[in-house]
Amino acid sequence: MNVLAVLIPISVTLGLAGLAAFVWALRSGQYEDPAGDQARALDLMEDED
Amino acid sequence: MVAACPACSSVQVTEPRAVDQPTHVLHLPDIHCGACISTVERALMALPAVQQARVNLTLKRAFIIAPGAEDATLIDALARAGHRADRLDAGRLGPRDVTARDLLTRIGVAGFAMMNVMLLSVAVWSGAAGATAQVFHLVSAAIAIPAVGFAAQPFFMSAFGALRHGRMNMDVPISLAIVLASAASLANAFGFSHRANWFDAALALTFFLLIGRYLDRAGRAAARSAAAELAALESPQAVLIEGSQDRIVAAETLQAGALIRIRPGDRLPADGTIITGRTDLDRSALTGESVPQPAGPGDEVTAGETCLTGALTVRVDRAGRDTALARMAQLVATAETQRTRHTGIADRAARIYAPLVHVLGAATFIGWLTVTGDIWRSLDVAISVLVITCPCALGLAVPAVSTVATARLFRAGILVKSATALERLSQIDTVAFDKTGTLTTGQVTLGGTPDPEALAIAAGLAQSSRHPVSKAIVATAQARGIVPALVTDTTEHPGCGITGMLDGKPVRLGRAGWIKGTCETDMSAVWLSTPCHAPVALTTSESLRDDAVPAVQALRDAGYHLALLSGDAPPPVARMAQMTGIDTALAQLTPAQKVDWVRDCTGMGNHVLMVGDGLNDTGCLASAHAGISPGTALDAARSASDVVLISGGLQGVPHALSTARSAMGRMRQNIGLAVLYNLVSIPVAISGHASPLVAALAMSLSSLTVTLNAVRRFR
Repeated sequence: MNVLAVLIPISVTLGLAGLAAFVWALRSGQYEDPAGDQARALDLMEDED
Repeated sequence: MVAACPACSSVQVTEPRAVDQPTHVLHLPDIHCGACISTVERALMALPAVQQARVNLTLKRAFIIAPGAEDATLIDALARAGHRADRLDAGRLGPRDVTARDLLTRIGVAGFAMMNVMLLSVAVWSGAAGATAQVFHLVSAAIAIPAVGFAAQPFFMSAFGALRHGRMNMDVPISLAIVLASAASLANAFGFSHRANWFDAALALTFFLLIGRYLDRAGRAAARSAAAELAALESPQAVLIEGSQDRIVAAETLQAGALIRIRPGDRLPADGTIITGRTDLDRSALTGESVPQPAGPGDEVTAGETCLTGALTVRVDRAGRDTALARMAQLVATAETQRTRHTGIADRAARIYAPLVHVLGAATFIGWLTVTGDIWRSLDVAISVLVITCPCALGLAVPAVSTVATARLFRAGILVKSATALERLSQIDTVAFDKTGTLTTGQVTLGGTPDPEALAIAAGLAQSSRHPVSKAIVATAQARGIVPALVTDTTEHPGCGITGMLDGKPVRLGRAGWIKGTCETDMSAVWLSTPCHAPVALTTSESLRDDAVPAVQALRDAGYHLALLSGDAPPPVARMAQMTGIDTALAQLTPAQKVDWVRDCTGMGNHVLMVGDGLNDTGCLASAHAGISPGTALDAARSASDVVLISGGLQGVPHALSTARSAMGRMRQNIGLAVLYNLVSIPVAISGHASPLVAALAMSLSSLTVTLNAVRRFR
């Protein structure tokens, strides 16, 4: 059962990291123009050909 | 490979940057691919005045920082690059909406906490006991209490606001369930009792309800921003004459007494009196009359009319909010507020539901307390009742369906502006159409088959004119392969007709009264006068929109009662009714009579849908049960209607009606499902058999069922 003392903090930390990533993406406007971002991503790839 | 559209042949990368405070916002209706984005951004960046340009493909807008640049310069640059752009008034678009982002953050927090607490709970459900269970409870509390405190704030605030005004709303039982479940579980975690732990239920409740709230909000915000965009698109400009200089100003800044210049093709920005110049005015938007009226010095003109042939100088009498157009729009706004009182199906359900839940919860608590005398046990069961009856499924039932239906209609070019529009559209049984501009294109065609020789001369005269009849004559000649005669020295006499020289002899084309020197006012024909022959009449008629007949036919087949309400003269109205197959046709109606007709129909218990585009229809659009206007309609008409057909034409009317009907059916199904789930689970909860595990499963399953039913394919 001692392993729980390590595993629970790890799982919560990982979860928090995910949450922080989501909040960061939200604040930096990555959900403002989903259609445009799709198209821009493809444009870059075409240029590298 | 990128599926590039024909307008964009080359592709270059523009570094993505966010534009903070745009000075110009342009609407780009045609962009649809990555290549379009880079063409537009490059074309704009090539202009010296432009500091930053960023295209948003989702909104189909370009945000530009270019201090001091004229909108026309930007639009011209884009036109050369092959893209159509319209000016959007940045001021009218309003500030960016931050509430949606705020709700998403809360959903993220609730989701994270729910998953972690659920994991800990699974351990307890599968048999952890004693100290381990206690530790798990404490960890859950440490995650859940701050998470609930943050994520459930919108519910707490709304419930508090309602209670302070002595009212009840759906958020009161929701908040009560969340707070009670969290508080009791906290007491359990600290060992005050050894009953079950409800943290996961409180979080799941918050999570699902926030999603419902977000969908609901996103739908409303999309409708509102669409309405703002329509208003921003319209915002008219005027050419102000200042001494010897002309300056372009916004129409609302005009003052009475100012002189403005109106070019052929302009829509009048204010009410005024003509000082110099003669023209033909297209008044169809205001009166429904399809034939242009002549106007000259001393005549009064009204905002919203279109100047067709000659240039005018107009003295402004009333501008901005005082124009006849704006006053009409205000009347519409009053009628609108009456309609927004229409309570949606979700609210009606909530009104019955909220008190019922409280009575059930309280009764369960008192019942268990009298029977067992165990406060903690009774509280536990009461919480389970509150949690299980909490309207997760009900909160998702309506917004999920309306989000799916609105998005589907938007893809078909149909914009739903009002939140309760789908519901009202589903109740429609009578569809009333306006004629000019709605069933017809507002453009004129030549009737019959005129003599080729006469047509050739007429086309020769008409070539240089912008009058709709002239355009129709030239188009007819082209269609029949007739080469226009070589007419020289053509002069347009606005309000009368055109003169010119053919082989050294004068020829004239124009109104009956002008050609024949009589005072005839018949507007349904133009006359051609040649030296050798008697004057020849060329009859004109309005051209029907391509999709008018199939759209009307589809509505007839679906069993709607149809009517045609027009301000135009009886013969063209009757002809139009016969061509489209509309049974009730009423001509020469004033705007007030149109409204009366709608009122009479409503009085007889019918639900009328008005389809119209002009100012004379706005009263009807607002007083009818629902209103639809084409995208070409006047600003006032579009703001008075619930649905705007941006593209795709009149076929959008039957499409919107059928989608609304199936969406409404789907909403009822969803509410039925939510009620069914409650009917099964409430007895289980009251009898004390609902453990947190059962509650978590039931809640998730019902929410999923309702959402899946909403996204299931529409017929």
